[in-house]
Amino acid sequence: MTKQRTSGVSRRTFLAGGTALTIGAPGLAGAQPAAVKVGLIHPVTGFVAYNGQQSRLGGTMAIEDVNKAGGIKSMGGAKLEALLGDSQSKVEVGVSEVEKMNEQGVAAYIGCFQSPVGIAASQAAAKYGTPFLVDVGASDLLMSRGLKNVFRLKPGFGVCVDDGIASLGALNKAANNVAKTAVIVHESGEFGTGTAKLLASKLPSIGIAAKELIAHDNPTRNFDNIALRIRSLAPDIVMMSNYGNEYMLLARTLYQQKVNVAGFFSILGGGFNYKFVKEMPDVSQYMMDVNHWYNPKSPQAQALKKRVEATGALFTFEVYLTYSNVMLLADALEHAGSADKEKLIAALAASTFKAELMPYGPTKFVNGQNQGGRPATMQSLKGEIEVIAPEEFASAKAVFPKPKL
Amino acid sequence: MFDPAFLLAGVLNGLLAGGIYVLVAVGLTLIYGVLHIINFAHGSLLMLAMYAVFYLWRLIGIDPYAALPVVTAGAFGFGYVLYRLLIGRYSHGRDENILLITLGLSIVIDNVALLFFGGDTQTIDVPYAGSFVEVGAAFLPLPKIISFGASLVICAALGLYMAKSDMGKAIRAVARERQGARLVGIDVENVFAVSYGIGIACLGAAACLLMPTYYVTPTSGHAFVLVAFTIVVLGGMGSFAGAAVGGFLIGITESLGGLFLGEQLGQIGISLIFILILLLKPTGLFGSKA
Repeated sequence: MTKQRTSGVSRRTFLAGGTALTIGAPGLAGAQPAAVKVGLIHPVTGFVAYNGQQSRLGGTMAIEDVNKAGGIKSMGGAKLEALLGDSQSKVEVGVSEVEKMNEQGVAAYIGCFQSPVGIAASQAAAKYGTPFLVDVGASDLLMSRGLKNVFRLKPGFGVCVDDGIASLGALNKAANNVAKTAVIVHESGEFGTGTAKLLASKLPSIGIAAKELIAHDNPTRNFDNIALRIRSLAPDIVMMSNYGNEYMLLARTLYQQKVNVAGFFSILGGGFNYKFVKEMPDVSQYMMDVNHWYNPKSPQAQALKKRVEATGALFTFEVYLTYSNVMLLADALEHAGSADKEKLIAALAASTFKAELMPYGPTKFVNGQNQGGRPATMQSLKGEIEVIAPEEFASAKAVFPKPKL
Repeated sequence: MFDPAFLLAGVLNGLLAGGIYVLVAVGLTLIYGVLHIINFAHGSLLMLAMYAVFYLWRLIGIDPYAALPVVTAGAFGFGYVLYRLLIGRYSHGRDENILLITLGLSIVIDNVALLFFGGDTQTIDVPYAGSFVEVGAAFLPLPKIISFGASLVICAALGLYMAKSDMGKAIRAVARERQGARLVGIDVENVFAVSYGIGIACLGAAACLLMPTYYVTPTSGHAFVLVAFTIVVLGGMGSFAGAAVGGFLIGITESLGGLFLGEQLGQIGISLIFILILLLKPTGLFGSKA
């Protein structure tokens, strides 16, 4: 017994210490608070798989960054945990991903790139009162259903059309109103059709009449007839609103078919990116696009661009929009101090999150839509993408009308 | 819009598009004619061939047209081996098993392609992409004219091969009477594999002709297969001549429909033809009763 006592730790002390350790284990033994599960639902397979993969890249990078920076501090350093969902570019699959993640205890969803998928998925999330952050979906229908759980940081196609009309109007005025007619080519889904209808209704306000709206399916094998139809209609400008593959194929066909107009102007042109202008500089030359764009003057955006490009990926809008949405969610969690859905929705609704990567004004959500979001107008010039509006972010002067072929 | 000049341009555009459709449909109809199955992996294998063309251009700088012999031969070899090692071996002589295997293959190939190539759109920007020939109101892109001509030559060569060569005769014999062919000493399993290989070789050639004007993603092959199925049904399942005539008919229908009814409504013409053929002449234009 004497030997045992000389160890310096009495039986009573040992028991007391053990009890203290057991009771205080979460703090003393370094146990982490439960991770906050974030559902990232994107079409990583199917016909818009590339866009979905880009969104997933941005989302997972942001989650990694939040966790590296210590997690959600107001929740004791709780980490974010990504639940990765594939909507397969299909509405019903997007909804089933929502249900599946709900079973797994998701705190909030971010998705879904395509508007129809986002509309159905956010509706499904509303049943459970789970916050749903729309990262890329453009349709304004996403935000006009009165759902309290849905938030969108970026502008919808309504704002993009308004900004695009203002940009085009200014360009046309400076060029002595050279453009008087337009043909609008759009994909036949909610995004393209909604954008085209809005455009057609607003073009007359800048003295341009929409001669015809031409819808096409996804995918479309051949744009020769659309090019022929455009040539027969002889508009002054061609406006486009479609997803990446069709945007690129249409642009190439219009170039090959020598469609000679004063300008090609797209709203949310899915294929207008670095790859397109680098690989097809002749085709893309002078094409203009109103789209989501990062703030070229933001050091954070430039740093992220470098990181993304170092992985071999392109710094497309999907990457920085989903990245920004994860950061918005992290900021809301920080303010809510909890992953409780009601508290989180209240924190999102009152958010003043600073979207460092984007050329946005102060964040203010009205009915879930951020009022500070705005697009930029870009032009492809000599294999580079230049910002031509808004003026404070402009890196080049627009060329309009474009030289004849 | 009913300006005759644009009508002619629409017909020419349809003919050029039809050239590629013919090549894809010929492969499909050959496989059906001999093996009596619909190859559900057709679109996925077309996509693989398009990636082969893309990477030959990207990595070694081989022009898509110059790559035609290599890719066509490679596609034949791939199809032959695929039949020998997988389709023939695991179908156990049952047609429905072949259907399931090709369907499974399609899913596996699409997803493996997505894993290795990513979902990004890949294109080839050839220096002659912007060259064109002006015919009335039509500006016919040079790559599409080349594709059209090459497609006709390949189809004619294939027709000649089927008519004159021993293997061609064996293929026709197996297509007509499998058991009889076996009785006269034809290696039927080999004929199946060669036929499958030739069907896939047609896809290899189509990929080379497509890439200067189209793009490739892991799902891009399927866009051509649905129309190829329609052509095969229209022309008569298993009929070469039917695939050729059907391809051009569908190309022109699609083109004029798109031109005069709008691109979306124009697709109705294809579906309408499909339904009418099934109702009025289920064997197709050149098909014979089984």
